[in-house]
Amino acid sequence: MPDPIQNKRLISPSPHAHSGDSVRRIMLSVLLALAPAAMFACWHFGWNAARLMIVCAASCVLFEYACRAAMRRDPSITDFSAVVTGVLLAMNLPPDLPSWMAIVGAFFAIVIAKQVFGGIGYNLFNPALIGRVVLLISFPMQMTSWSQWHIPHPLAGADAVTSATPLGLLKTSVASGHGIPFLFNAATAWQFFLGFKNGCIGEVSGLALLIGGLYLLWRRAIYWQTPVCYLATVALMAAALQIADPVHQLGPLFHLLTGGVLLGAIFMATDMVTSPVTKTGMAIFGIGCGVLTMVIRLWGGYPEGTSFAILLMNAVVPLINRFTRPRVFGHVRRPKKS
Amino acid sequence: MRAMFRNRGGVHPAYRKWGTAGAPIEALPLPKTLSISLAQHIGVPSKPIAQKGQKVHAGERIAEPGGYVSSAVHAPASGVVKAIEERPAVNGKYALTVVIETDGAMEDHRPDEADWTRLHPKEMVDRVAQAGVIGMGGAGFPTHVKLTPPPGKTIDTLILNGAECEPYLTADHRLMVEDAARVWEGACILRKILGASHLRVAIEDNKPDAIRAMEAAMKGADDGVALVILKTEYPQGAEKQLIYSVLGRQVPSGGLPMDVGALVENVATAVAVREAVVAQRPLLRRVTTVTGPGIRRPRNVLAPVGTPLQDLVDFCGGLTEDTVKIVVGGPMMGVAVATLEAGTAKTTSGLLALTRRVVPQYQSMPCIGCGRCVGACPMGLMPCTLSEHLEAEDYEAAEELNVLDCIECGCCAYECPAARPLVQHMKQGKARVATLRRQRESQAVK
Repeated sequence: MPDPIQNKRLISPSPHAHSGDSVRRIMLSVLLALAPAAMFACWHFGWNAARLMIVCAASCVLFEYACRAAMRRDPSITDFSAVVTGVLLAMNLPPDLPSWMAIVGAFFAIVIAKQVFGGIGYNLFNPALIGRVVLLISFPMQMTSWSQWHIPHPLAGADAVTSATPLGLLKTSVASGHGIPFLFNAATAWQFFLGFKNGCIGEVSGLALLIGGLYLLWRRAIYWQTPVCYLATVALMAAALQIADPVHQLGPLFHLLTGGVLLGAIFMATDMVTSPVTKTGMAIFGIGCGVLTMVIRLWGGYPEGTSFAILLMNAVVPLINRFTRPRVFGHVRRPKKS
Repeated sequence: MRAMFRNRGGVHPAYRKWGTAGAPIEALPLPKTLSISLAQHIGVPSKPIAQKGQKVHAGERIAEPGGYVSSAVHAPASGVVKAIEERPAVNGKYALTVVIETDGAMEDHRPDEADWTRLHPKEMVDRVAQAGVIGMGGAGFPTHVKLTPPPGKTIDTLILNGAECEPYLTADHRLMVEDAARVWEGACILRKILGASHLRVAIEDNKPDAIRAMEAAMKGADDGVALVILKTEYPQGAEKQLIYSVLGRQVPSGGLPMDVGALVENVATAVAVREAVVAQRPLLRRVTTVTGPGIRRPRNVLAPVGTPLQDLVDFCGGLTEDTVKIVVGGPMMGVAVATLEAGTAKTTSGLLALTRRVVPQYQSMPCIGCGRCVGACPMGLMPCTLSEHLEAEDYEAAEELNVLDCIECGCCAYECPAARPLVQHMKQGKARVATLRRQRESQAVK
């Protein structure tokens, strides 16, 4: 029988099988995992949330395309990583931020933090967080002005309106010598967990973020070591501090459910490119992020420290990788010289 | 008993063994020509002793060992030597090949001798060497060399490898189901040769019928014998991983199984050893699984060594139109070949025809640091980091990261979402690092 494929046969080194997973599919799963949080944001903050996500995603893709064209490299926008960066950046912005500022953030995320380093895989720092931190430093007013938030009864003693986040309220109050400014009980914790509070558009609903996180774990797009060690460290430190100073400290649940720590632990610290490759390394990375987040929250100038914590830990990822190499099969530890 | 020790890493590819797992072994009608490579084994190629134009009979020796680590080669069927020349081999390279035009006679009727138990181990090893037996699991290391450990090395455990962890392949599986008695007898012979007190028959738990057949064959064996059921996981059947699963011993880096008192033989090799010792029959044929989505009628085929791949394909209904890749061996470690002219080797356990659907082609991307390769590597290496060093031709760094410990199982590349050619990098890197090491050593001597 003649061989029908004589001239179009593929030759390649082994293996000739593949799991079928790809960078693009991983990026699409991250987008799918962000969907609950994004939908909650649109419902909670309205048009502003949708506006920020669209502006950020679109400008990130445009910047990526322009960069690749300028560098005469193959366009990489089909891997969807720019869309993920855009949506994550939007998730880290307050709802009322002007669109042009969001575009500035997208520029720093894609051009400065990612493409200047060589594009996907080569960036040292999480691009979305670089975008957010540049905006936070450049436009501190706009980046910390939040929506009007009706603090419900149990929180303030009586219904009140504030334009601060829970973490911000606490920090100002404690800094000016007062005690805890509101009541934190099971009802408020539940309310925080569902997402009824002030904050960046993607960080408010713990429930939506957890759903996305579970999906990513099942999809093997993240490993449990990073988020679990991160959140456990935050909880342990908060618990220790509450025992030491119950007058000014609100404890683990408050620290887990406010600010960006859930968004950070599930979606930002787990970014494959900027986190370690070994499981032990991921655990160390998570613990480091947790410690730095709490240090900044409690003793730093900002009420929230998630972004800075993760970026600082990004910088030591090569070192973590180096020191957490697995033990190679068949290599025995050299016996100590006596 | 269940295997007690769990290897690190590993993957679970789609096994796709159902196509041939229940298919009985069928004998291929004798092909018109046989292309018998003289470099089927690891070591020095065999030296041809047959002449062009010479008439050979079935079982006649056509090449002798070219060195200590080498093997004899025999004519699987009678016929005339048409050519002795360089031809494409199933390992993807060119090799000196003896081409025989057959005349129909294949069987080598030599009766079983009554009792092998009275033979001296030395005599048995000699018969194995005479028969040209090599490791049939894939590596092709000459068996008689493996059965002659240097003085001072004792082997306490022989492991019979029936894991067959490569997807698609069912040749060893069917051999255990249909020929358990001979497999078992071969294992007993091997054990006697080595003087090993323990014998372990290791089979993955996705082959319950093979486990039952071997258990039946092993009935009444002494206390030193046990059947070990392995978790189905690739690369469970890799030598080092198998020894660890069964015994919990790690073969030291750069060492051999005998350094931890173990020796692994494949089930097909055991049958070949039995034939060699009991009947002085040379290794002339083997079972090859011909399968894959591109094969119209997947089968387990008993074919003479040197059967052109084309004959195997034709026997199995031919190729489908959408076949894009022909692989000799399994999909994880097999070799993609360019031509169906090459003749099978003693190590050819499978012939796969793969279609576009199962061989997706990817554009390779930069590493995104997901860490899946690190999690999948059974040797505890960091393929992502190694691959970046090797791309930058930094061989010192690669050596420092133990590139030489790579077993090329392919787990890393199987998992890589960026579709990086990790195994290719490792293969090149290992060769370069080995060369550099030799240069360094020769300089140190001077």
